[in-house]
Amino acid sequence: MSGACYFPNTAADRKAMLEAIGAYRFEDLLEDIPEVLRIKGGLDLKPALSEYEARKLLGRLAGLNASAEAYACFMGAGSYDHYVPSIVSEIASRPEFYTAYTPYQAEISQGTLQSIYEFQSMMARLTGMEISNASLYDGATAMAEAVLMALGMSRKSKVVASGCMNPMRLGVINTYLEGGTAEVVMTGREEGVTRPEDIASLVDEDTGCVIVESPNFFGLAEDLEAIGAAVKDKNVLFIVSVDPTSLGILAPPSAFGADIAVGEGQSLGNPMNYGGPNLGFIATTRKHMRKLPGRIVGKTVDADGNPCFCLTLQTREQHIRRERATSNICTNQALNALSATVYLSWLGEQGLRELGETCLSLAAYAARELKALGIMPRFAGPFFKEFAVDLGVDAETFVEDALEHGILAGVPLGRFYPDLKNCLLVAFTEKRTRAEIDILVSLIAGAGGGGAKA
Amino acid sequence: MNIGTTMLDKSERGKRAFTLPRPDVEKVDPASVFASGLIREGPVGLPEVSEPEIARHFVNLSVLNHHVDRDFYPLGSCTMKYNPKVGGHVSALPGFSGLHPMVPDSAAQGALAVMYEVGRALCEITGMDDITVAPAAGAHGELTGMLMVRAYHAAQGKQRKKVLIPDSAHGTNPASVAVAGYESVEVPSGPDGRIEPGALKEFLGDDVAAIMITNPNTLGLFETHIREVTDLVHESGGLVYMDGANMNALLGISRPGDFGVDIVHLNLHKTFSTPHGGGGPGSGPVAVKRHLIPFLPVPYICKQDGAYRRSWEHGKSIGRIHTFYGNFAVMVRAYCYIIMMGPDGIRRVAEDSLINANYLLARVKDRLDVPYGEKCKHEFVASGKKFLARGVRTNDIAKRLMDYGFHPPTVYFPLIVEEALMIEPTETESRATLDSFAEALIKISEEIESDPELVKGAPHNTPVRRVDEAGAARSLDVAQ
Repeated sequence: MSGACYFPNTAADRKAMLEAIGAYRFEDLLEDIPEVLRIKGGLDLKPALSEYEARKLLGRLAGLNASAEAYACFMGAGSYDHYVPSIVSEIASRPEFYTAYTPYQAEISQGTLQSIYEFQSMMARLTGMEISNASLYDGATAMAEAVLMALGMSRKSKVVASGCMNPMRLGVINTYLEGGTAEVVMTGREEGVTRPEDIASLVDEDTGCVIVESPNFFGLAEDLEAIGAAVKDKNVLFIVSVDPTSLGILAPPSAFGADIAVGEGQSLGNPMNYGGPNLGFIATTRKHMRKLPGRIVGKTVDADGNPCFCLTLQTREQHIRRERATSNICTNQALNALSATVYLSWLGEQGLRELGETCLSLAAYAARELKALGIMPRFAGPFFKEFAVDLGVDAETFVEDALEHGILAGVPLGRFYPDLKNCLLVAFTEKRTRAEIDILVSLIAGAGGGGAKA
Repeated sequence: MNIGTTMLDKSERGKRAFTLPRPDVEKVDPASVFASGLIREGPVGLPEVSEPEIARHFVNLSVLNHHVDRDFYPLGSCTMKYNPKVGGHVSALPGFSGLHPMVPDSAAQGALAVMYEVGRALCEITGMDDITVAPAAGAHGELTGMLMVRAYHAAQGKQRKKVLIPDSAHGTNPASVAVAGYESVEVPSGPDGRIEPGALKEFLGDDVAAIMITNPNTLGLFETHIREVTDLVHESGGLVYMDGANMNALLGISRPGDFGVDIVHLNLHKTFSTPHGGGGPGSGPVAVKRHLIPFLPVPYICKQDGAYRRSWEHGKSIGRIHTFYGNFAVMVRAYCYIIMMGPDGIRRVAEDSLINANYLLARVKDRLDVPYGEKCKHEFVASGKKFLARGVRTNDIAKRLMDYGFHPPTVYFPLIVEEALMIEPTETESRATLDSFAEALIKISEEIESDPELVKGAPHNTPVRRVDEAGAARSLDVAQ
């Protein structure tokens, strides 16, 4: 038999086991499957490959992709080309972690449980919130879960959202709300930042929550002070989505009165992987912890009084509460949360700040060089590691052409906003060099000189 | 290893592990860019440790885990099979792991090919017409499927209210139905543990949007009347959703598409051998019949004129369910698994998983009650009810199994079996392992008679003794 690589039992074992069962042949185990529902012939799949052939085939497919290994990647929009240190991939590659299941049996899952507790602790510190859960699928579903959580708590039906949030994440919020009657009302995005007065004017007595992202989709820091002040005392829950790599230099959501902080944690030690697995996180105050979706690990003691960990507050969860659970989530992104925990240990206090300053400095350098050529960022305002630039020509074509120069030039915005079809969103991680940025700048300058000349 | 001592506890000012490039550009002071109110004041409170200490900390944590590469992990409904090592290697190829999700399709043909081709293979295996691979886990797939049910009925011009769910269903089913805005209605199983078409009729009507069926069900039984069930539901205008968490039993043997199922989700981290990661990342593709294709999420992955592409506009799509396209790295592993197994290997997965489960059932059924049937599919559910007389609960048996080096089965599920032990050995376990597990169970049943306190006090030789879960819920120490 081909393809038989992961089966310990021999033909003799199978025969002996069938005898022990009291079956003459394998088909005797299929008595409860009506004959008419059984496959006649075999599956129409290609014949089995050896491991070498499979690696060769997949290696060929991998080679067809313009990866950040071979190209200078200026693409962001929610997935970033940060360096993943060796210690992170080494720990996440340990079978003790990756071949374990959800830690329901605490006595033999302390490794996973403690690492999740440490993740929760670090995410709480990063966001300034009191508690975090064990992870969600990605930044978009984290936002959607936060909105559902807030609507559930407020029992109201209106969501006021910044129009400058990542449109892919907004799309997921809208999909998740299809099952209910809630509506999302959005502010404008004309200036590339959210106007606090727009938020204030949209909030009314039906509003359950306000959600803002900072840095936003266009890379700009929102005026969270003013927005926080605008929603304060309005009896709404304030949800802030953040880029965790910005939090070494920027104030955390808690500083602006956020009730729920969410975000995308891919940047924390997880490769881009063509968009997944990513790492969603959600953190809140102790007051709201019983409404959090997903798993939470708590510290406790064992029968001898020694410290240890276990899953806690499980009565919120689907396997206990069923249709009244706070969410349907079960499997989440535990291994990615582990990577983030190792990564944050590796960076530490000083590393997180230096990482943020490095990204900021590289992005600022690019903006300065463009400005020297008379090309201004599309939107005025303070940016962290990403900004939009108007190329004056179609951005999709520009990105295709830039591939020939070994550059993944950025994310064209026309797919999301037809009025921005000449705009490119460019991102700068610590991996980018001055030489690479100089090539990008010269390509942009050569493209037509930009539509937003000073 | 001092359990409970964290990286934060080990932090000492002045230690560091990180190294970062120092680019040759002017260093920008954040205070010169952002308003003072937006700048962080004071430290985050992250640990300051050296790399050797990080390595030792997490390696020592790791060895506290039970895991598939160490020993038997017969968690029912979780399909804890061996995860082939090649999967980790191919998914980590830089051409996949270093690929940004927004590169032009022309520069991502290899990645799109994996997504498309794994989808086609899964359609063939399930007998369905089309698929989305975007859902990040099984429950995410359920929600995606239920939102498609919703969109389908909306397109028919009349929304419905209820979704029927048998009482043996996974907890995620009713939770997903609720998120999708439907009311879940529990349907009792018949005396043989299966859905009875006659009884089901009472529940059907023009307010029923769909039925959600797990097949084989959580008792490890094939829903023998599945064809009558799907016909009845269709006659009443409803759709049939199948939770494919237990597809390991059916690979190459029988296909949901032939049962009359309209929508089925799969768990790549169960059936297709991708690792569970201690609770994710998973992947929960949703396959559909032709009439539901227009409702699949965007972006829709397709093949045109020999090239693969992402289509951003798609029929009456429910919209986006993930920032990008789901857990791509998991799909690479699953695709590698499928091409290495081939059609015969795929069928052998089901054959050996059935043989292993039935063999284990035969070995233990004289000692443990197995209320539903002499035979099973890929798993079976035993009951520890008779040990209650000795003051021993199923949870005690589970903990005692740890002393013998095994991970316990799923316990107290499904809810319809008292003191349930749900046992799924999978096809990657040897007869010798099954024998030693059966012997441990038999030994424990003897211990319950001779020394019940020994069992009630278990585990005795695990990294920690029995954990006080109630204490955790009282103290709620969830962050340091």
